[in-house]
Amino acid sequence: MSKDFLSVSDLVASASEKEILHGVSFEVSEGEIAVLLGMNGAGKSTVASAIMGDPRFKVSGKVKFLGKDVLKMPVFERARLGIFLSFQSPIEVPGVTTTEMIRSVKEETKCGFVSLDEVRGGITESAKKLGTNIWFAERDLNVGFSGGEKKKNEILQMLSLRPKLVILDEIDSGLDIDAGARISKVLEEYQKESGCSYLIVTHNMRVLKHLKPSKAILVDDGRVIAVKDGTLVKQVEKKGYKAVLEEIQKEVA
Amino acid sequence: MKGLTKELVLELAKLKGEPKWVTDIRLKGVECWNKMPMPKFGPDLSGLNLDDIEPYIKPKSEMVSSWEEVPAYIRKTFDDLGIPEAEKKNLAGVGAQYDSEMVYLNLKREVEKQGVVYLPMGEAVKDAKYSKMIREHFMKLIPVDDHKFTALHAALWSGGSFIYVPKNTTVEIPIQSYYRLNAPGAGQFEHTLIIVDEGADFHFIEGCSAPKYNVANLHSGAVEVYIGKNAHMKFSTVESWSKNMYNLSTKRAIVEEGGTIEWVAGSFGSHITMIYPMAILNGEGAKCEYTGVTFASKGQIIDNGAKVVHVAPNTCSTIDTKALSKDDGVSVNRTLAKICPGAHGAKAYIDCKSLLLNPGAKAEAIPEVMVHCMNAEAAHEASVGRISEEALFYLMSRGLSEDKARALIVRGFTAEVSKELPVEYAMEMNNLIKMEIEGTA
Repeated sequence: MSKDFLSVSDLVASASEKEILHGVSFEVSEGEIAVLLGMNGAGKSTVASAIMGDPRFKVSGKVKFLGKDVLKMPVFERARLGIFLSFQSPIEVPGVTTTEMIRSVKEETKCGFVSLDEVRGGITESAKKLGTNIWFAERDLNVGFSGGEKKKNEILQMLSLRPKLVILDEIDSGLDIDAGARISKVLEEYQKESGCSYLIVTHNMRVLKHLKPSKAILVDDGRVIAVKDGTLVKQVEKKGYKAVLEEIQKEVA
Repeated sequence: MKGLTKELVLELAKLKGEPKWVTDIRLKGVECWNKMPMPKFGPDLSGLNLDDIEPYIKPKSEMVSSWEEVPAYIRKTFDDLGIPEAEKKNLAGVGAQYDSEMVYLNLKREVEKQGVVYLPMGEAVKDAKYSKMIREHFMKLIPVDDHKFTALHAALWSGGSFIYVPKNTTVEIPIQSYYRLNAPGAGQFEHTLIIVDEGADFHFIEGCSAPKYNVANLHSGAVEVYIGKNAHMKFSTVESWSKNMYNLSTKRAIVEEGGTIEWVAGSFGSHITMIYPMAILNGEGAKCEYTGVTFASKGQIIDNGAKVVHVAPNTCSTIDTKALSKDDGVSVNRTLAKICPGAHGAKAYIDCKSLLLNPGAKAEAIPEVMVHCMNAEAAHEASVGRISEEALFYLMSRGLSEDKARALIVRGFTAEVSKELPVEYAMEMNNLIKMEIEGTA
């Protein structure tokens, strides 16, 4: 596994003058499955958004991906380098369908014509894997979608764009049990086939059903408290954040 | 032209060899123009000096019905616009006007066999068979003294199209008239008269364009549409004027019982545009649907919208406008829904949305709703917004550059209009929007 895949060092992020991340550092290797754990408001989603380049956050520090300092890059260059963020609350874009959006991306990156049918073919394949109808790929992006449909649509986009680093911000919220398990399976298959890495923000362990994390990053109050192996996930699930945080503090002491 | 005079229009009338009743309308136009005031609302028209406008420019060609016979330099203009190509593929008939006169008109034989009549307006007023019908309708829906520019139009009108669709006739594919204003400093005053008889169904496409010159041009056309009982008509327009144009046209439809008018309009270019297509819902259950998009960029004021007058009971209308403004461009959404006494159960809905593409751009919505009937419904919504930062971030996170992401959001904003247009025109409109965003229009 390559070490120079993703390294986050001293990442500070603030929104409207309030500092949310106070210097976060961690690494994710190529092909690795890492989970960001932490209570509500710990700053997990901010980590995810800041890596992608959400303009709401002012950031400093360093985020290196494939040897490049991505914090200096515009958002679209980060995406073209292979970073994908599955949004916690996907944004509505009236009048633009998923298919058209994906086609525009492909046309711009390939600098040439891409037919809608070609894009549609790929989406149909992916939709089959997700066990869904593709109707929502032909409707306005996220407009009038249920919570579950929005999340499935994020995965459809991911499968079409084929990223190297997939950041999943609460992919399981709004999904029913069956759909959650199915998405977990699809994510597993995509990783096996592409060798991508996952950085997963979640409160719900169901999405990990088919994914075995080898790293767990515990975040509290905008700081990384511990980086452990995947067994930390099970511990948190059993005892809760508070007890685990206390145990770690004792260890450190 | 030094002033609009009787002598000038008599000379024009003589040149055209038209019947006296047409010349009488011209003379009334002169009289009204000289005594009527300029519009008391909307953009400042003081930059328009009629003395500098050439009122009539006859192309060096007679009207023909084969593109081979059209002079090469005119043919090239229409080739570049893709008109002969579109005619081959999916139009029932095509008419093409170059400056002041039609230079080409052709109707597919099978449509002619259905009884559909498609004539250049100038020929139609002389036609023994249709002259009576035309006299009963020509400048009746839009009276000469409607406003100062209808008076000007009445005095100087030249070119345009006459279409009659007989009872219960469905014309499967559209007819298109294309008006090209090519001479610098010229005026274009074409008149379109369409009569769709009871139970008929028809789609008309109007295309307009002009090349770029440094002097002011004037387009002051008129469109009169009569829609019979249970008839349906769609009137689509894609206008793409150069930015020296004053586009001051008048469009009006009257709809009888159970009939429908659908206006679909894309208005691009011009220095100043003032157009407000009106529908008079005259018979019970008549309908009007207006969908329009405008784009005002540097140095442009696009004052555009629609009007609906509900005369009969259970009539129904929707006005849906989308206005884009860029640089120092000004978009005005001017709309009116009037429900007359006795129009019981009428429903009117107006929705005006504006999108500002940069901080200096301006947009204004002026919806007017007048309800003179107790049991009628009218509502309007208006909004002015900017491109949302979070939508930009979302699209850019998928790999789209900021420019492309903006363009996609804008295209989405206008999607409701482009999906109402035939595919080639939707593509043309999307291309015009793209050129305006890139500043290459």
